[in-house]
Amino acid sequence: MSVDISQFHEIFFEESIEGLDLMEKELLNLNKDDYDVETINTIFRAAHSIKGGAGSFGFNQISEFTHSVETLLDQMRNNEREINSQAISILLQAVDKLRQMVSAAEQNESFDETELVAVSEALAQLLSDTPGKSTPPEQATLSDGNVAETPTTGSTHGSGWHIVFKPNKNLLFTGNDPLLILKELKQLGDMQLKLKDDLPPFSDMEPEECYFHWEITLKGTNDESSIREVFEWVEDDCELIIKPLDEVEEKSFNEAVVADIATPETTTNQSLAHPGATTDHEVLELDSATARPVVSENKQRTPETPNTDSKAGPKDGGMSSIRVGTDKVDNLINLVGELVITQSMLGQLGSELDGEIHQAIVDRLEQLERNTRELQEGIMRIRMMPISFAFNRFPRLVHDLSQKTGKKVELQLSGEQTELDKTVMEKIGDPLVHLVRNSLDHGLETPEVRLAAGKSETGHLHLNAFHRGGSIIIKITDDGAGLNEEKILKKAIEKNLVSGNETMLPEQIHELIFLPGFSTAEQVSDISGRGVGMDVVRKNVKSLGGEIEVKSQKGSGSTFTIKLPLTLAIMDGQIIKVADQNFVIPLLSIIESIEFKDESIRSVVGKGELLSLRDEYVPLIRLTDIFSLDQTPKNPDDTSERNLIVVVGSDDYKVGLLVNELLAQQQVVIKSLETNYQKIEGFSGATILGDGTVALILDIPGMMTLFEKRMQANPPQPKIAIEA
Amino acid sequence: MSNTQKITPAEESWQMDGVISDGTEQFLTFELNGENYGVEILRVQEIRGWDKTTPIPQSPPYLCGVLNLRGAIVPIVDLRLFFEMPFKSYSSTTVVIVLKLEGDAQRTVGVVVDAVSDAEDIALKDIKATPNLGSAVNTKYIKGIANVDDELLMLLDIDKLLSLESILS
Amino acid sequence: MANILVVDDSASMRQMVSVTLKDAGHIITAADNGSAALDIAKRQKFDLVLTDVNMPVMDGITLTREIRKLGQYRFTPILILTTEAGGDKKQEGKAAGATGWLVKPFNPSQLLATISKVVA
Repeated sequence: MSVDISQFHEIFFEESIEGLDLMEKELLNLNKDDYDVETINTIFRAAHSIKGGAGSFGFNQISEFTHSVETLLDQMRNNEREINSQAISILLQAVDKLRQMVSAAEQNESFDETELVAVSEALAQLLSDTPGKSTPPEQATLSDGNVAETPTTGSTHGSGWHIVFKPNKNLLFTGNDPLLILKELKQLGDMQLKLKDDLPPFSDMEPEECYFHWEITLKGTNDESSIREVFEWVEDDCELIIKPLDEVEEKSFNEAVVADIATPETTTNQSLAHPGATTDHEVLELDSATARPVVSENKQRTPETPNTDSKAGPKDGGMSSIRVGTDKVDNLINLVGELVITQSMLGQLGSELDGEIHQAIVDRLEQLERNTRELQEGIMRIRMMPISFAFNRFPRLVHDLSQKTGKKVELQLSGEQTELDKTVMEKIGDPLVHLVRNSLDHGLETPEVRLAAGKSETGHLHLNAFHRGGSIIIKITDDGAGLNEEKILKKAIEKNLVSGNETMLPEQIHELIFLPGFSTAEQVSDISGRGVGMDVVRKNVKSLGGEIEVKSQKGSGSTFTIKLPLTLAIMDGQIIKVADQNFVIPLLSIIESIEFKDESIRSVVGKGELLSLRDEYVPLIRLTDIFSLDQTPKNPDDTSERNLIVVVGSDDYKVGLLVNELLAQQQVVIKSLETNYQKIEGFSGATILGDGTVALILDIPGMMTLFEKRMQANPPQPKIAIEA
Repeated sequence: MSNTQKITPAEESWQMDGVISDGTEQFLTFELNGENYGVEILRVQEIRGWDKTTPIPQSPPYLCGVLNLRGAIVPIVDLRLFFEMPFKSYSSTTVVIVLKLEGDAQRTVGVVVDAVSDAEDIALKDIKATPNLGSAVNTKYIKGIANVDDELLMLLDIDKLLSLESILS
Repeated sequence: MANILVVDDSASMRQMVSVTLKDAGHIITAADNGSAALDIAKRQKFDLVLTDVNMPVMDGITLTREIRKLGQYRFTPILILTTEAGGDKKQEGKAAGATGWLVKPFNPSQLLATISKVVA
């Protein structure tokens, strides 16, 4: 019977990654002045488990590398070594390497040993700086894989060994069973044994004590150490004499035994008096219980032991989970999307029924709608993950960056349990990293500068996530220097992004950082300037159907606010009709809908048409223009065609969209156009309406970009000129 | 050119006997502006009548729009317009052949053709390299030609023909 | 067949030990820290306890000492699973009442061989 250990690999990888995450988190905690003593123990245990598991499952490289990490940590937890930032830094690097090694092992790839050299050397260097008491670094000989730790005499004897094994009276209290030890010994070769007893008078007999000893002849080639190994656990609980067979004549050996273990009345012959003293074979047939105390052990074995950990999952308490491939979940989402469409088709048919006659059907259809919606919400929830998955990397990042820049930073994370669609999560990671890097690089100041400015020496960076409406808001706030408006403006003028003639509000200047080709860093810095600008951040956020904006106050810091949709796969939409075609506008971006009146529209040179909306003017977009839709009206003179303006936008901009008709508001399932085609500028995807036709979903920010491009390339001729 | 022919494994969804005996392959033939074309029958997902599509703004004119095919959004290409042949109004007899592409990605695309003719077994040895034809169709989209009932049949390389680069250029 | 309590905070080790022993026909109960193990040990009798040393909440040495104090466990074999090659932990374990030890890393067959030294 052999157990295939590869079946445990996956759980080992999972556990190791968890362990490494924990190590990293706690190592960062060690940086704080008042860390808990348990912190270092936790780190040690994680390393220890990884090493043990790696060794057992055959990942020797991981196990060997972890060994020196563990040694270092062991010294730290035993107060034999100072915990300083240098050591923490090296340990963090070691954690990184271990992650790479685990991930390579997971992919079944080998990990290049040379990758380890730098960190290994740093660790070795650290270990060789002898701490107070310390274990010599040479202990790091990495062969503690074998049970054989007994002193080796190295001698091998062809003929065999004489062994006297005399357990102490209390040997049984260690849980060891002499018979099982003898059974183990028998594995080594042909064995003969004689049982001797040292029984006291019956009245003095303690049933829990051991009064027997054995004289053993073991034939075959064994070295002494392998025999000692059998008795390894009881070395201190017995008298043990091991002598080569050919060195000792049987007779004199027996005499020696008698002398050694002082059992006056015991001779070989006397064994006849004891039924138990027979050949080894029979002894081993005995139930071990007979060699044990007769009474006292109250066996209360329950017939069936409930298995408290039948699956041995990584987390035993509370929430249990299963791992499911995302393709399965996505397939379910697609299917439920189909169901929603069918349901809405049925609903449409149902609404045409005579309510009085078909009341039952109408009721059931409503029921169906509710069930479908709940089912859909339930399935969408499967894809949701707490944002902590994206936040978790920041303590480390901030630690590394603050070391690099010499800035002191306190990172605060909140709202980590806010849930986000998995795909959104994956795609928001990089923009967040960029913002955090930016904040540390450009935003927060060095301690000296902060002190000079009357601020606390330590800068604060706060990442906060929460729900608002149907969106997720992520705020990245720092109390640094704020955006440098003069610098931004100067740069923007240099780069020809603005003319510099017009006066700009601070908010407008802040917006400039999102323009393509803008970078404030005078020199591309190692930290934030990796050729990726804020324009890319905004583009990424927009590609998720989100928005990003900045608020900044010179001297007191900046806040970047990212607004993201809860999920990518479903949304509330307003169906509109333009040029005889249906489109969907995300309900979230609609501010209001108003009636179209000619007199409220003004045309301005270079700016196109403006809509007078109470006390402000907002640009008017004719979808027919920007999407070149067939705009031949059925009857140009038919003024009865009710035109409407849907005002869309967010906090910082508004535009009016001219539409022919407002149709239903409904939840739509977003389908990618890229599956069989490609992304279309100005649209975020498509959906299938109740009648089975396809409607494109407007991407408002994308449409704005398209509109601006249009305006620049081909400014519309004004119909009416007014003073701007 | 016969070396570029590859026999696609039979698809479960294909109802007709699509399994080819050695050396022959089955093609679906169709008409376009009086010319005969063929596509490997195993690449045909379905044949359907013309249905109103949802136009895609700012797309090339030969892209009729997108259609809902059992929940998937599938672009429809008018082959006449794509080959720069004169446009023919869609009617109840207009046919859309839905094809499975295996080129850059596994995509599904529908093509509008005048009429579907037949399914033909063609021996691979009878497929000839493409000479410089007087046809409207760029020869790079043609895998080979064959004679069927004394008529010239042009076998299309749909993966090239309907690749994104091709239909968006 | 023995009723065995397996205690380890590492899920992979726990699973490896559990599966191996289960395959060998034993009944396995697992715990991920010493304290939980002690609770279950008080409620039912195991023929063997296998425990890791380094664990949160209650370590394996303390667990050994505590279990050994329980009347019904005076003679029960307790093996500690340790990676420490230096004798410290082994001796500490012995002093706390452990029967013996098994040095990590070990593979399933080494585990079974060791188990046979304490359960019939």
